[in-house]
This record gives sequence, C-alpha cells and structure tokens, in this order.
Amino acid sequence: MTGVPPSGARIIAALKSAGVGFVVAVPDIVTSDGLLWPISRDPDFRLVRMCKEDEGVAICTGLAFSGRRSVMLIQQTGFLDSINAIRAVGVEYEQPVVMLVGLQGKEPGVAPSKSKKVSVNIVEPILDTMGIARHLVETDADVEAVAPAIENAYAASRPVCVLIGQPPTAAS
Amino acid sequence: MMKRDECLKALARHVREEAIVATYQAAFDWMRIALRDLNYLSIGAMGLASSHGLGLALGRPDRRVIVLDGDGSLLMNLGSLTTIAASAPANFVHLVFVNGVYEANGSHPLPGRDRLDFATVAHGSGIADTGTISTLEAFEAEIPWLLTGPGPIFRALKVVAGEPSPQDYAYIHGAETRARFRAAFAR
Repeated sequence: MTGVPPSGARIIAALKSAGVGFVVAVPDIVTSDGLLWPISRDPDFRLVRMCKEDEGVAICTGLAFSGRRSVMLIQQTGFLDSINAIRAVGVEYEQPVVMLVGLQGKEPGVAPSKSKKVSVNIVEPILDTMGIARHLVETDADVEAVAPAIENAYAASRPVCVLIGQPPTAAS
Repeated sequence: MMKRDECLKALARHVREEAIVATYQAAFDWMRIALRDLNYLSIGAMGLASSHGLGLALGRPDRRVIVLDGDGSLLMNLGSLTTIAASAPANFVHLVFVNGVYEANGSHPLPGRDRLDFATVAHGSGIADTGTISTLEAFEAEIPWLLTGPGPIFRALKVVAGEPSPQDYAYIHGAETRARFRAAFAR
C-alpha cells in the first residue's frame, strides 16, 4: 500500500499557517510540480532560488535572526551535501533550520531506511545521529504533521527535517 | 597593499547601526577593533558568511548589512554571488579581504590566487556595482558610498594581515553572543 499521495496544496497551506514567508530552494524532481512551481507563482511567498543547498542553511538562519520564518526546499542529495552547514549552524548554533527534503528514488510505500537506494537509506540515520527531529510525509494523512513541526522548530530554536516520501500532487 | 586591520579601523569610524557579518580572520580583527552587539560572527561552517548576510538583508530590508568575508571563504561559496545578484538586496554590501592564503589553516596559498579576480567573478555573477581596492586611501574614500549606495555592492580589498588579533572562539561560538545580536538586530 502506498496510500494517497500528499496534496501539494495542503502542504503549502501548512507552510502558510505556520507563518512561513520565505522558501529557499534548489529544484528537486519529487517536489517540483506539487510544491516548487506552485510556490513560485504564489504571492504569499518570497522564493529565493539558490545555487547550492548549504547556502540555504545560512540564508534561513539570517532570516530567523530577522524574525522571519522560512523553509528550505531541497532533495536528499542536497541535504547530504550540506551536512557540515547543518551541523555547525543548525545543530551547534541551535537555529531553526526547517528542511523539506524530497526523497528522490525512494520506492513507494517503503520506509526510507529500508530503501535500496543508498542516498535515501542513510538520511534518517544521519538525522538521528545529529539529533534532528524528522517527519515522513508519504501520504496525505501525514501532511498534518508539517505545520506543528515548523512551529516546534521555531519555538525550540532547533532544526527539523520533513522528508517527502512521494511526489505531492499538484492542484488541478 | 593595505593592512586588513587598518581597513577595519577606518570602517569602524563610520559604522553605526549596520549589521556586520564577519568571518574568520576578518572576524577576529573586527572583534578587536569594534566589539559590538550588532556583530554577527559567522564561523563554524566555512564559506557561509555571504549567505548569512543575504538572509539578514532579505529579512530586514530597512537595515544595512555589511559582510566582511575572506577570499578562501568565498571560494567555498561562489554560487552565493549569483544568489545575491538574483535576490538583489539594496541593503547588502559584500567586502572580501583578498590575501591569497588560507590564513586560519597554515597560510597555504589559494588555488589560482595569481590569476583569480574576485571583482570580475562578482560582476559576471550579475552584481553590477563591483570593484577592487588596493590602498587605504581609496578604501576610506569609498566608505560613504559603501554605507549609503544601493546594493548589492561588492568590493575585493587587496590586503595583508596587520597586527595579530586574539582568536576568541568561545566568544564567537557562545549562545550569549548570538542572543545579543538577535536583540540588537530586532531594534
């Protein structure tokens, strides 16, 4: 069972309800149609297109010091490329870096840690080792966790990672 | 060639409510010269000072943000120049201290340091207002523009190290330092 895919519109609504005004992104094919393209057209967000994901760790932190809420929208490969920035800024400096991470290549209905794809199956153990809270959004029912995850990250001033397990649907 | 700390002393004479984002040797020198709550000390993950500054500038367009970067640091995050150019924050000033070495890690040379032109790279990345400054007199003459001109502004400053500064990592990494900046930046 793979379940009903998450609604991109509901995830976007969750970002808004959590007060997110900035989305800092590198394109990811998992979230391209359901999240990044709609966000790019949504006047409620300022989209910052960056070149490399570790930039986003710092951009989001600078925004947080300004009292502005943001999320990074990236792929797991970019997360893996940004570990040192996440470690230094998010974990050691205790900053609310919120990551929405598309799991490109994850098999539908398979837990990330059970994926045959190495770049997918190492993500959760790395997050756990760094003590970063994580939530898997695999089905539409999982979307309910998104807004509280963001609220908690800012309340506690800690990073959080929302793993997007299958492509969110685009609004028709 | 000007000394980095002399440059920073000149800048400190003019800085008021600007947020200063400083990294590595520029941060140590700046702390010695101008220890203030509005200093954002970006050390921990090398190369991210410009991106921290961009986030601050986008979040508070009413405040000027000046990044004191290093050449080795910026080489680790050259894409940030394109991101900055695309975001075009009018309140963002990027000063890169070019000494050609990784000073914090044994003063080994930067790759291609004799051929690399940071102002050209910044201009090619889409930042319109770029330049290179090699003398203290020229830098002092530019400071009023750096504090008032429309950003993003990029300047490569050709420097050598001046007097050594204490390397107070405890202060830089301290949660209290970040809390003081947060409070000052919110005003």
